[in-house]
Amino acid sequence: MAFIHSLRRSLGRGSAPAESQPDAELARQAVAAIATGPEIDIAPTDPLLAYLAAAPGPVDLPSLDLDSQAVRDLRAAGVVLVVPLVSQGELIGTLNLGPRLSEQEYSSDDRRLLTSLAAQAAPAVRVAQLVQEQAAELRQRERYEQEMSVATLIQQQFLPRELPKLTDWQIAAFYGPARAVGGDFYDFIELPDGRLAIVEGDVTDKGVPAALVMARTHSILRGEAARLVSPAKVLARANELLVAEMPERMFVTCLYVVLDPSTGHVVYANAGHNLPYVRTAEGVVEFRATGLPLGLMPDVVYEEYEGVIGPGDSVLIYSDGIVEAHDPTGDMYGFPRLREAMSSVKAGNELLDDLLERLHAFTGRGWEQEDDITMVTLRRSAGASASAYAEATDDETSIVDFEIPGKPGNERIAMERVAEAVAPLGIDPARLERLKTAVSETTMNAIEYGSGGSEDVPVAISVARTETELRVRITDKALGGPIPGEDAEQPDLEAKLAGLQKPRGWGLFLTRNMVDRVDVTPGDGRQTVTLTLNLQGEGDGHHEPA
Amino acid sequence: MDITSPLEAVVDTAPDTTPGAPAVARITLRGRIDREGDDALGAAYREVTALDAPIVHLDFGGVGYINSTGIALIVRLLAEARRDHREVRASGLSEHYREIFRITRLSDFMTLVGDDTTSEGATG
Repeated sequence: MAFIHSLRRSLGRGSAPAESQPDAELARQAVAAIATGPEIDIAPTDPLLAYLAAAPGPVDLPSLDLDSQAVRDLRAAGVVLVVPLVSQGELIGTLNLGPRLSEQEYSSDDRRLLTSLAAQAAPAVRVAQLVQEQAAELRQRERYEQEMSVATLIQQQFLPRELPKLTDWQIAAFYGPARAVGGDFYDFIELPDGRLAIVEGDVTDKGVPAALVMARTHSILRGEAARLVSPAKVLARANELLVAEMPERMFVTCLYVVLDPSTGHVVYANAGHNLPYVRTAEGVVEFRATGLPLGLMPDVVYEEYEGVIGPGDSVLIYSDGIVEAHDPTGDMYGFPRLREAMSSVKAGNELLDDLLERLHAFTGRGWEQEDDITMVTLRRSAGASASAYAEATDDETSIVDFEIPGKPGNERIAMERVAEAVAPLGIDPARLERLKTAVSETTMNAIEYGSGGSEDVPVAISVARTETELRVRITDKALGGPIPGEDAEQPDLEAKLAGLQKPRGWGLFLTRNMVDRVDVTPGDGRQTVTLTLNLQGEGDGHHEPA
Repeated sequence: MDITSPLEAVVDTAPDTTPGAPAVARITLRGRIDREGDDALGAAYREVTALDAPIVHLDFGGVGYINSTGIALIVRLLAEARRDHREVRASGLSEHYREIFRITRLSDFMTLVGDDTTSEGATG
């Protein structure tokens, strides 16, 4: 009984060596010529290995005095002689022999023959091992590439083909899969009420399993978003569905943000995803929100948070791939570097390009991306003034913010809502009537000039106060051109009665006479009229016509 | 006061007549005077022209809301009345709309009657 014990066990049961290799053929023949025996598992730390590596020739097992499990196992398998196979100083296998069939001891000639055979066989066995390793590696690489190709295909099917186009918003996204495709995803979902849901998620694990979980999560979120408005409820429902079917040791982090594009108001909930950065005029801050990842445990309740993305602000939503990238020394990119990079004034695709350039400068050339990198950025135009809420200055206290559809006649709704909101201020009734007329006239102008009379284009109204002033801001989208300003023709009743002027044209004139100050602020695709009423002293708002 | 109903303009077919005084055709207005009031006000004035009354009396007592477009309608009626050599009088205006009539100078071209109509007139 004799068999070759390969020390590269993972390769020992592989396919036959390549036919084109002469050495490999020799090895194949050598192996074929000798009956194969039971495989003996030799631990890498077993002292027998060191002993055999240093042995000049065949080793008698019955007389070997070595505390070795391998020796005991070999003896139990009937091995009496072990011939080390050494190639380039490395023990690459053994030729294990049982008792001679003649039941005689192995002679000196036998041992010399075996030593000679081992010396010739070892290089061939080594070559065979290398060939098998290469073939196995190739097969593994092919399988891997195929899996990654499937994962990438799945991944790409679920990424948005187009980014939403919103007036006053610049939206950009980047998805860079790692070679081992992860489970990152992002999505934009237009909600029935005109708001936009922005989703970014990251599935643990890589490859096809992660891509499949990503696809499932994506479709659950899409389905629930259409049914539920609250981000917290969408995540809770998605969690319930995912818990039941999530593979072991997998979960999904997910940030779900609902944006009102006309005001910049956001409501969001977080299932363990990175906290978004918001660059404001004061610096970079985080939208703080915490919650357990999806699919970990049932009955998770998510908290809901709110915020406002002001004019000029940029938001960055990102996955782990960027912050967990390493440089050649093993140093991690980390949150502080990303936060610092976010402070650049760039926006949209330029911001994303800048963030990636900085990352690549850190990781160095030849960096193999370790994980998917996904980034979504939103920037609100600096000129966006529709959000009267966002315009509120530090010294102001907001009283009410609301929108009305741009439908003629809705100016009366605006007027009544403002009157209702300021009622607690106890404004003199005559001055309140003037304010109501000013609000009505300005809103009517906003509907006519700003929204083009379309119900789909809202007019935003914000009421705020300081210690001394009441401010009503009425903002439209300037779709019908600018509101007539100072240069508008002054109404002259005599000229109108004489047919020299049209009967209309009283709106702005009336408004200017009804409140203490009227400011028109043009913006980027928007315009805001601010009506200011002094709150100190009776009659401050009463202006006699010039 | 009603600010939601479209304008109703009712003409008294038997104009006020006081012995020795010129005839007055009264148009009683209710609801809101805005762009939707164009037809009602125009029709009422055309009706008045058939009455051969030298004075048109606009009763704003039932009007809850007048906007700038409504002012333009009143201006147009006033222009037509002046062309027809008719005097226009107005009553029932709240103090707020009296102020607006002063600001727009409508009160310079029509007679506001009734010293204190705040309690009964348009409140805006």
